Order: sequence, then structure tokens, then C-alpha cells
Amino acid sequence: MRERTLSQAVNEALAEEMERDARVFLIGEDIGLHGGAFGVTKGLFHRFGPGRVRSTPISEAAIAGAAVGAALVGARPVAELMYVDFITIAMDQIVNQGAKVKYMFGGKARVPMVLRAPFGAGRANAAQHSQSLEAWFCHVPGLKVVMPSTPADAKGLLKSAIRDDNLVIFLENKHLYFQKGPVPDGERTVPLGTADIKREGKDVTVVATGRQVSVALGAAGTLAKEGIDVEVVDPRTLWPLDKEAIIGSVRKTGRLVVVHEAVKRFGFGAEIVAMIAESDAFDYLDAPVQRVASAEVPVPFSKFLEDLYLPDEPRVIDACRRTLA
Amino acid sequence: MKGDRSVDLRMYKTMVSIRSFEKKLGELSRKGILRGSIHFCIGQEAVAAGVCAALQPTDYITSHHRGHGHAIAKGARMDLMIAELLGKATGYCKGKGGSMHIADLDLGHLGANGIVGGGMPIATGAALGFQQLGLPHVVATIFGDGAINQGSFHESLNLAALWRLPVVFVCENNQFGMTTSISQASAEPKLVKRAVAYNVPGVEADGMDAREVRRVTVEAVERARSGEGPTLVVLETYRFEGHYIGDPVVYRTKEETEPWKSRDPISLQRGRILKEGFATEAELDRIDADIAHELEDADAFAQNSPNPDPPDLYTDVYSG
Repeated sequence: MRERTLSQAVNEALAEEMERDARVFLIGEDIGLHGGAFGVTKGLFHRFGPGRVRSTPISEAAIAGAAVGAALVGARPVAELMYVDFITIAMDQIVNQGAKVKYMFGGKARVPMVLRAPFGAGRANAAQHSQSLEAWFCHVPGLKVVMPSTPADAKGLLKSAIRDDNLVIFLENKHLYFQKGPVPDGERTVPLGTADIKREGKDVTVVATGRQVSVALGAAGTLAKEGIDVEVVDPRTLWPLDKEAIIGSVRKTGRLVVVHEAVKRFGFGAEIVAMIAESDAFDYLDAPVQRVASAEVPVPFSKFLEDLYLPDEPRVIDACRRTLA
Repeated sequence: MKGDRSVDLRMYKTMVSIRSFEKKLGELSRKGILRGSIHFCIGQEAVAAGVCAALQPTDYITSHHRGHGHAIAKGARMDLMIAELLGKATGYCKGKGGSMHIADLDLGHLGANGIVGGGMPIATGAALGFQQLGLPHVVATIFGDGAINQGSFHESLNLAALWRLPVVFVCENNQFGMTTSISQASAEPKLVKRAVAYNVPGVEADGMDAREVRRVTVEAVERARSGEGPTLVVLETYRFEGHYIGDPVVYRTKEETEPWKSRDPISLQRGRILKEGFATEAELDRIDADIAHELEDADAFAQNSPNPDPPDLYTDVYSG
């Protein structure tokens, strides 16, 4: 297996899918010669040309709408937003149009498109370039939401997302872009809607998403030295959600901690906890559940404040210990 | 401008169908059978008839919340439309869309829209899709004077012009965004001037005259199809009724409304057809009667249709 950054893995998935299917094209700001703000589409402009790597003006509503319209008539666009924060400008086309046309039209429409967007804090990008907005999209019937935590998953999930006939929001953590991991050679897809147990354990289940998977794994390593065996579950796809994998893990451990980078209130973690409370796994819980999330404030600029804002290993460790107290 | 008998008769038939359809809706509303937000386009029929007569059957449209006319002009079946408006399983969208979401992709209708300005980015995207896929289709995106002040107009027209996409921007200026007149909504009341900003041709036409609407749209469609990009077509028309069924219409006077009503697009087209000898009174009356008959059947079909099944609530959210 080769080592690749998440950025390179996404690039490979895009190139392979464009090679495989002539209907796939890319659209977004500065994605051409420049290769995108984070270099994810580097080289694709030269390889596939300006007709299939469409650099746009700064027009997020037009980018999202162009993808929805092109998908409706049979193309398979992959749109890139430079930062997920800019999705506010595109929200009507995603939430009111793309997510709903199939239902509103009685099933007679398909929107096979992917909207990729970097998200996440920790890079001194401040309040309008650092958010984790996944819960907004999970709340909208008609959308699928994907959040990979490793380069291999990113590649396999993106390939599945491009082949999917629905509007898939594909959220890439900016920190992970530069972190390397093994990526299998050759064709490999990861189906949407399947969680992955990133570390098996028997004492406490930690459900973590995106970059927080590595935070959770770090915490698990520390706790292992104390004899506490943590299981780390990565949903990978936030919707459709692999409920069985999470319920099964909680049934086994009887303890649940949820870690994500979005703020806690009304977040993805709240849905996980509610889902467990509604399931038979509730009867297996030996302690109150814990949520570890970012502070309930806009993302601050100062490194000092931003480090306080984000979840970290000590907080995940504390949360795990609380479930065992 | 010289007429074409079959086109003129087709546009007449389309316009009478649209008006009769909406009068039927008024009847169903008064009887308490029809629910929800219903926006009439009575008075604006020449826009729908003329624009769609300029398109090939394989071309596409996007429409807006006042969209019954566009659907009928694009070839939608009135029985399936009434069934949809009554929320029946046999409706265009299985009762899941209603008046503001009628669509039929097989007819080239990419949907009415409940969001003002929501259709323009989709139409631009469909045109991009046709360019990507190497298909010769053109999209006409029909939007109101209210939508022209949305950011989506600017973003879409700029992108379409930049990439010379096969899309025609048709502004159906009925003088009011809900209750707000053009003079209260646009700093520049001459909407066609906006074309200059996007380096595209801007054309104005009498939106009460179906033949004139078709003429300017044909030119814009040809331009789009030949790869020269979009045109902004502004059609001056008038909404004879209120914004919705039940609107007390306190925002305009009879003095303002009457001159428009005296230029009824259907009367204009009927008079012209008679004058030019394309048909006799009796032949036109026959067309009117056939439409009335078709609507009675459509109404009966819709009212006798079943409601959706409870499990249908959950279907059609995702593909695959």
C-alpha cells in the first residue's frame, strides 16, 4: 500500500472517476490551473482540460445550482466549495432545490452530484473559514452526508459518492488534507452508510467523526496504558447512518462517548445519543453518555483561544473516565 | 409581423387552455376542494404560449410559482395537473408537489419553483449539462420581475454569459412582486438595461402579444443553440388577478388595471386570427368548447382519483 495524504487520495478518486465516466466533471472556484485553494484538484486541469475542470467566478449559488441543473439532465458534477462556510450563499440550491426535487416531482428526478467542501478549525482561519456545519445537512431529508477520517476512506467514499444518484455533501477536514495514511492500490470503493471500527475495545465506545477519530485513537492509546480498552467507531457516513454498528458497539461496552468538532448543542452527537436512547442498547448503558465537542462560540482566531475551543485528547480521556467512574 | 396559421392557432389554443384551467381552479377553490397556495397567471398567457412555441419539444424550461401556464404550454396534461393540485396519487408528482412544483422531465419541464429566483441557477446548470454532454438542447428559464432582484439572477446570468451556455433568460414582468410594484422594487425600472452588465443582448417585447413573444424568443433560442450564449428577454405583461386566490388587491387601482385588461392577450390573438382569415368564429368557438370539455373530463378524473397510499409518504426521498 502506498502512503498518500487525504488531499492526494481525493485527487486520485476524482481522476479515476473522471477517467471511468465521461459524464463526471468538476466545477468550483480556482480549481483549474491553480488546483484549488487546498491543491486537491492539482494536475486535473492539465489532464482533463478546461471543459471538465470548470473554474468558476466567485458565485457559490451558481456553482451549486449549476451542479443541480447539470445533474438533473444526466451529467455527474462534482462541485467544490472553497470552504464549507461559504455554503450559506448556496443553501437555497442545496436545501430547497437539489435535496427536494426528487420528492417534489414524485420521484421523477435524480440529482447525481457531489458537493465537496473543506471544514474544520485549528488553522487560524477564524469564524468564517473554520466551521463544522454537518448537522445542517444531516437535518435535510434528501441529502447524504459523508465525512472521511483517513485517506483510504476518503478515496473509497468519494468514488461511491460520485457513483451515487443522490446529492452527497462530502466534508473534508482541512487538517487531514496534509496527513498521510496507507491507500490501497487499484479499484476500491467504500460503500456509503457503513461505519468502520477504527479500534476494537470492550470497555467504552467512542463514536468520533472526521479529524476527531485520530484524537479519539490518541486518547484510546493513553487509556490502554491504564488498562481501559476503548472501542473507536467512525460512522464515515453521517447520513445514511450505520445505526447497527453503533448500537452493537454500545451493547458490547455499555458506555458511550461521542466526539465531534461541531459545537455540542443540536449536533450530530445529539442524534447519536438519542438514537441509542431509543434503541435496546439503552438497557445496556452502565453510565450516563458523554459528549465532547467544540465550545459553543464562533470559532476564535487566536491560537490560544482556538486550542481551547477544539476538543482534544485530555477532554476525550476525561469523558471516557467519567463513564467508568 | 406575418403570422403562421398553425402556430397562431396553437398559441390561441394554449392560451385558452391556460385561462380555462385557472378558471376551473377558481371554481374548485370556491367549492373548498382545492387547498394550498394557488397563483394565477390569467392575463399572462401570451408569455407562456409564445415562449414555449419558440422552443423545440426537446428543449427545456424552468418555471416559477405562477407556473400553470408554462406547464400547459410545454405540453403538460391538464388532468394530471388538476389531480396534482388536488393532492391525488395520479397527479404529476403523485400529490407530493402541488401547484408550485409541477414538473415533467420527459416534457422538458424542469419544474415550477416555490423559491423566487430558484429556477435560474438550475436552468443554467441544465444548459451546462447539455454543453458537457454534447446535446443540442436549449433551456428557457422563465422568472418574474420579483426574481430579477435576487442574487441568483446575477450569478446565473453572469456564469451563463461567461461560458456561452444555451439558456435564455425570460423575465416575465407582470409589474408586481407579490404586492410590490416594479417602481418600489427596482432602482432602474427598465429591467432590460441589466443585460448590459453581462455583455448579453437585451430584448424587450409586448408580453400581451403571443406572436411578438414568440418572435423575440425564437431569435434568443437560435442564438443560444448556436453557441453564442444567453439573451435577456423582458416581456411586459400584467397579472389580471391578485397574487393568490383571495388576495384583496389593495395595492393597485382600477385606473391602472383597466388599460392592461383592455389588451387581453387572448382577445388580441383571437381577433388577429379572424382578421387574417386563419379560422372562422365557429372554428375558434369549437376550440374553446373542446377545451371546456377536456377540462370537465380532467376535473372528473382528478376528483375520482385515489389519494396517495400512506406508505407513499416515505418514498421518493432518495434514489437507488
